[in-house]
Amino acid sequence: MKAYIKAISYYLPETVVTNEELIKEFPEWSVDKIVNKVGIDQRHIAKPDETSADLATKAAEKLFAEYDIDKSSIDFILFCTQSPDYFLPTSACLIQKKLKIPTSCGALDFNLGCSGYVYGLSLAKGLLLGGIANNILLLTGETYSKFLHPKDKGNRTLFGDAGSATLISTDGFAEIGNFSLGTDGKGAKNLIVKTGGMRNREKADDVKFDENGNPISSNHLYMNGAEIFNFTIKAVPPLIEDTLKKNDIPFEEVDSFIFHQANKFMLNYLRKKLKIEESKFPYFMREVGNTVSSTLPIVMYEEMKTNNLKGNILLAGFGVGYSWGATIIKIQ
Amino acid sequence: MELQEFITNFANQFEETDSSVFTKDTVFKNLDEWSSLLALSIIAMVDEQYGVALKGDDIRSANTIEDLFGIVKSKK
Repeated sequence: MKAYIKAISYYLPETVVTNEELIKEFPEWSVDKIVNKVGIDQRHIAKPDETSADLATKAAEKLFAEYDIDKSSIDFILFCTQSPDYFLPTSACLIQKKLKIPTSCGALDFNLGCSGYVYGLSLAKGLLLGGIANNILLLTGETYSKFLHPKDKGNRTLFGDAGSATLISTDGFAEIGNFSLGTDGKGAKNLIVKTGGMRNREKADDVKFDENGNPISSNHLYMNGAEIFNFTIKAVPPLIEDTLKKNDIPFEEVDSFIFHQANKFMLNYLRKKLKIEESKFPYFMREVGNTVSSTLPIVMYEEMKTNNLKGNILLAGFGVGYSWGATIIKIQ
Repeated sequence: MELQEFITNFANQFEETDSSVFTKDTVFKNLDEWSSLLALSIIAMVDEQYGVALKGDDIRSANTIEDLFGIVKSKK
């Protein structure tokens, strides 16, 4: 038995924040600089009462409609998020009810960021090959906008909210290959929201501004851009090498490399370092920004729409944790 | 590695600041164009040209381009 991706869709919240709107708040920021370097024109932002689970639910409804999927066939829901509705219950249980998926399905949340989609595929494949489930609905949903300090122009430029839905089954259009996964918890401090969880349950009142004028606050998302960049420079090349080896596919036989869409500057540097041709390295972030665990399915969906999702496709996710993972999917 | 070449590589990361501005004594964080994004360009340049992983703290602790050159050299 093999595991296949059968369907992919995604959903973006309605509210759009353009670079022009950001510049009104941050006059020192220039449109050209953002677009040229970061590669992002606009990002979609969830409403105050709209959660990651809502975005994932909408993505699933879109998936069912676009592919005419019988939702009674779904026997497992995997939901990747770092912004659940509640500490408990599990958001995937709430999603089961909203989508009216049979109560005979399994459902769980898992907490990962930029590597989450690849990990989700690995979990789904395991459930399938273990004979535990046959039609797995892998959902991602993230609303980092809710973690950002209003004065954090860098991260407000980069991140956008989104949800995605993928159906993994015993048949489909893309066979899921072997995985290379990795974890290094020593990077935890470089991408973190410190308060709100059990370690620091109470909100802190400690906003300070760094030498570039960016706010640093325990209640908001903190990203040490330099350290995250160094981590990717170090972790991604061996990740790609190991993934090729585990799938027994030479570098030249990969038709496209779809990387987590962190930002254009970083991705372009990684592309050059890995000597990947531009034509084999799709981007889709100009209209949506960095949507964390939804970037890979969004690029795949858009590539499919333009008939460019073909052959051996290497998917790689890396970031918060640190956590990283990659696989190759094969489209006949 | 040479200081003059390092200064040229450093200056090449800037788009708006004229290359004549850059000397070994330039306090680069005072330049108008300096930003957290430019810091990433410097990290990329140092990785590519010198094979050295420059940390955010290294950039923070350096005042002049020569300071940074010294840090890169010590890590090679």
